[in-house]
Amino acid sequence: MATKLVAYDDAVKRYDPVLGIEVHVELGTKTKMFCAAEVSFGADPNTQTTPVSLGLPGALPVVNGKGVEYAIRIGLALNCSIAETCRFARKNYFYPDVPKNFQTSQYDEPIAYDGWLDVELEDGEIFRVEIERAHMEEDAGKNTHVGGADGRIQGADYSLVDYNRAGIPLVEIVTKPIEGAGDRAPEVARKYVETLRDIFRALDVSEARMERGNVRADVNVSLRPTPQSPLGTRTETKNVNSFRSVERAVRFEIGRQAAVLDAGEKVVQETRHFHEEDGTTSAGRIKSDADDYRYFPEPDLVPVAPSRAWVEEIRAALPELPAARRRRLLGEWGFTDVEMRDVINAGAIDLIEATVAAGATPAGARKWWMGELARRANADEVSLEALSVTPAQIASLESLIADGKINDKLARQVLDGVLAGEGDPAEVVADRGLEVVSDDGPLLAAIDAALTAQPDIVEKIRSGNLGPIGAIIGSVMKATKGQADAKRVRELVLERIG
Amino acid sequence: MPSITRLSADALAQKLRSGEVTSVEATQCHLDRIADVDGKINAFLQVSADDALATARDIDARRAAGETLHPLAGVPIAVKDVVVTKDLETTAGSKILEGWIPPYDATIVERIKVAGLPILGKTNMDEFAMGSSTEHSAYGNTHNPWDLDRIPGGSGGGSAAAVAAFEAPLAIGTDTGGSIRQPGAVTGTVGVKPTYGSVSRYGLIAMASSLDQAGPVTRTVLDSALLHELIGGHDPRDSTSIPDALPSLVDAARQGATMDLTGLRVGVVTELHGDGYQAGVLARFDESLDLLRAMGAQITEVSCPHFPYALDAYYLIMPAEASSNLAKFDGMRYGLRVEPTSGPVTAETVMAATRGIGFGDEVKRRIILGTYALSAGYYDAYYGSAQKVRTLIQRDFADAFAQVDVLVSPTAPTTAFKLNEKLDDPLAMYLNDVATIPANLAGTPGISVPNGLVDGLPSGFQILAPAKADDRLYRVGAALEAALEKQWGHPLIADVPELV
Repeated sequence: MATKLVAYDDAVKRYDPVLGIEVHVELGTKTKMFCAAEVSFGADPNTQTTPVSLGLPGALPVVNGKGVEYAIRIGLALNCSIAETCRFARKNYFYPDVPKNFQTSQYDEPIAYDGWLDVELEDGEIFRVEIERAHMEEDAGKNTHVGGADGRIQGADYSLVDYNRAGIPLVEIVTKPIEGAGDRAPEVARKYVETLRDIFRALDVSEARMERGNVRADVNVSLRPTPQSPLGTRTETKNVNSFRSVERAVRFEIGRQAAVLDAGEKVVQETRHFHEEDGTTSAGRIKSDADDYRYFPEPDLVPVAPSRAWVEEIRAALPELPAARRRRLLGEWGFTDVEMRDVINAGAIDLIEATVAAGATPAGARKWWMGELARRANADEVSLEALSVTPAQIASLESLIADGKINDKLARQVLDGVLAGEGDPAEVVADRGLEVVSDDGPLLAAIDAALTAQPDIVEKIRSGNLGPIGAIIGSVMKATKGQADAKRVRELVLERIG
Repeated sequence: MPSITRLSADALAQKLRSGEVTSVEATQCHLDRIADVDGKINAFLQVSADDALATARDIDARRAAGETLHPLAGVPIAVKDVVVTKDLETTAGSKILEGWIPPYDATIVERIKVAGLPILGKTNMDEFAMGSSTEHSAYGNTHNPWDLDRIPGGSGGGSAAAVAAFEAPLAIGTDTGGSIRQPGAVTGTVGVKPTYGSVSRYGLIAMASSLDQAGPVTRTVLDSALLHELIGGHDPRDSTSIPDALPSLVDAARQGATMDLTGLRVGVVTELHGDGYQAGVLARFDESLDLLRAMGAQITEVSCPHFPYALDAYYLIMPAEASSNLAKFDGMRYGLRVEPTSGPVTAETVMAATRGIGFGDEVKRRIILGTYALSAGYYDAYYGSAQKVRTLIQRDFADAFAQVDVLVSPTAPTTAFKLNEKLDDPLAMYLNDVATIPANLAGTPGISVPNGLVDGLPSGFQILAPAKADDRLYRVGAALEAALEKQWGHPLIADVPELV
């Protein structure tokens, strides 16, 4: 039976959506959170384990200092306070992918708390998301269900567990209720997760690759009649693993919950699963207060007490975050807001920055990456980064034009050569003989030939009508295969005619 | 010369060094003794004769080659089965781990192996160290060498009985609420619970992580000091391990043996004396106080007003931690796996069936207690309150140690009781640990030294010191041991029945 939905526009007219987003990010440490097992993607199952990450009897955890440092970096980037002392706790539940049958996490003492993150929406509007906490924990292993229809646990013949992922450090970032997004709630959700992903990368704490599950989002949605009403009952859609899915999951839940409420029924507080194929969610486990993880402080670990000096050291070493960088570059480059947003949306900001750093003007760099190169990337259906041309090569192309060595038209041919792997622009110019002819000798010969061939035009020019001079210049350009410096040709024509 | 098995570890080590005895001979003598008497005692769950002899041969060869060896090199040792030993079955006395061959060594086992002590085998214990009589082992009782109808104490009854029956000169125990000291008291052996964090817990199958501590089980105070120095010291694999170096324990024991305690302030704990203690045990205790006094110690009475709450707090904290520590035994990765006899076979039903069959009653009792104590809505009342009591007990110790250098009490309220006597009365069983538990809650060290017989059964004298002052245990313990031996003309353990 298909789920009843209220059309999205209608739903958000009559209900106020409130979000809560939990984002898990896998940290890019060399080893796991509590043992020396290596962390790398794609290793054979159960090869990246130690007695600790297998939960063998007698094994004890030891905190990975790098993991703590990364968590603090994230906390600081999200404008959080960093705890002077905090503890790990055990979250007790039985599941085969949790080798100890408890997850070592943080409960009432997170490493970072009370922060915020400004999220820039498509139209440039800034939406502030309040951060409740960021805490450290370990990842679980991975179950593979074999047999049965759809790879789910129901109906499987047997299940395999790979503990390579068990114990990989995670930071979980929990928002406060996100209110006031209104009909833009799905976009806010997506942009929030995107912004976090960009921050993780800028901080160099994670590869933050969504497709590998490095970043996973759980999205809580509830509806209420008006922004003044008390919060409604929420659902939690788990493990939404792409930006687009985050947006779709929120959108779907708003429509679904509106239909439930319209029918005079109650939204069930539950975990829901998102389905990529059709953008729907379906009910999972009923989530209730009966869920009892019996949290208690992890007695095998001592409290983590980052010294203030260390925290300040980490703060001082924080790289420039994406939003600040965008603001800075906007000022330095002098682009308009619209130009800047196009650059960001095209994923060209790094390339343009590198091109400018290599000596190009910001306008020149933008012209190339957003123009000719964007067209070529688009035609080949690849990203800008995937083009086989470097920012330095674009900068040198620009400088060849500025020096008058080549013109725009020649530059495109030079670019063809670079993309074809013929070397740097200067080499391509030399090898293909594309340099602009500005030596007067060969130009004068071509000009004289053109003037002789078109005496009527020479007459018109002599009588003061400069209009037809283009025809002479065109002939000269044709004769020199486009390599003539048009400006110089014009000067020489006028000189010759007197 | 007395039989090799009757030697203290220190005396045997001297004979090994002088070449009078080889480690192979010493090891073989102990293996023979095990073969002769363990049918009656049942101290060992596993005897690793081949590995022990291989280690012994290696040590003999290295000694012959002139290598400098650890003072205890070549002296055989028994290890409680709760300590993980690579390639040697480790069950913690439980069916649920039957047949589990660990792929790694506990840190203390690694240290024992590096020092070259042949490991004779793994000793019996209450399942997962839960008990005071070793009757909760899934592999049968251990019998007290002093009276085979009586319990050897617990949970480390196997280690204590093995040492008391001359099956091993040294053994490793673990003490969460008294599991080294109480068996020491009722078997006439020496047992030490070191300062929490001073001996690595890496590779100890955890019962209650914040209370567990491994320590030596021996026949003399000096032997305990030698073994304690070998296994102790910082371990980066245990986050709760203390980075400080151990105080010199062997020196303290040797100093104590000179029987001079001039100026030492000894506090008798009011709350660990009197009601509930067997008259004979109290009589031996008072006689020991007289000996300490005669050596120059000042004896005063010190009150620790929160000690009466220690047992209650312990029976909330310990089961709470145990309920979580024992969750990993689920049949998924190692040990026993039981499929349900009816209904669907899923991970959940296999876990339930495995735990239902794999765990004994006492373990289930504590898992249920602990699960309840940690439940939402009860956490503050139970686990939270118990932690507050723990803090108060730590303060009691701090206040007491501001007045005296060591505290003393009987180790256990009674001598060894009969097998099955308290098996159906858990609360009576728990009371055995009333005097030993406060030190676990506070993380402070304690020793039990045999101090006489009551109706032919040993009693123990407990000495407690501040954290990181384990050396005081050895000084006072060795002094008392020397004074008693002087009085009796021989060590108490010489009175243990022959058994063959």
